[in-house]
Amino acid sequence: MSSKTLTRMDLSEAVFREVGLSRNESAQLVESVLAHMSDALVSGETVKISSFGTFSVRDKAARVGRNPKTGQEVPILPRRVLTFRPSHLMKDRVAAGNKG
Amino acid sequence: MIRSELIQKIADENPHLYQRDVERIVNTIFEEIIEAMSAGDRVELRGFGAFSVKKRDARTGRNPRTGESVAVEEKYVPFFKTGKLLRDRLNGK
Repeated sequence: MSSKTLTRMDLSEAVFREVGLSRNESAQLVESVLAHMSDALVSGETVKISSFGTFSVRDKAARVGRNPKTGQEVPILPRRVLTFRPSHLMKDRVAAGNKG
Repeated sequence: MIRSELIQKIADENPHLYQRDVERIVNTIFEEIIEAMSAGDRVELRGFGAFSVKKRDARTGRNPRTGESVAVEEKYVPFFKTGKLLRDRLNGK
């Protein structure tokens, strides 16, 4: 496994190559896509990208947690968490690409 | 929100771009993320989250209907961890 880490820069570079806008505008478009997805999620919407996956927001109830190091009980407040469920296509491609 | 609605929002903000180019832009972003993970790479988008690949070891599974054991091979699965900024925003911080 090569194990590189891609960042926004790599995504905007891909947009730049694919569409031929300026690098600056490509970067702004990547940013807008992430911003629109984030805003929808923050407003409680599910974001469903076909053949990619589904981001959804779940409400978690309050519970009593424990500091594993000290054993001390700490209250965990109710909170909202984001879960991502990959599409079958993504799962299949990731499984195939990393095999062997 | 679905893919087409996301494309529409970006198109509305960028009236100088052709709709089909906006589609290509949005599709390229998602395609690039899948390609990276297929190559075993990570994609880290600060403030939003990080996509990575996790290994699941081989195990003996069971057919829940018949109780029969089945060998499940090791496999690699996509994983997403929410970024700190988005996690905080979800909780009104």
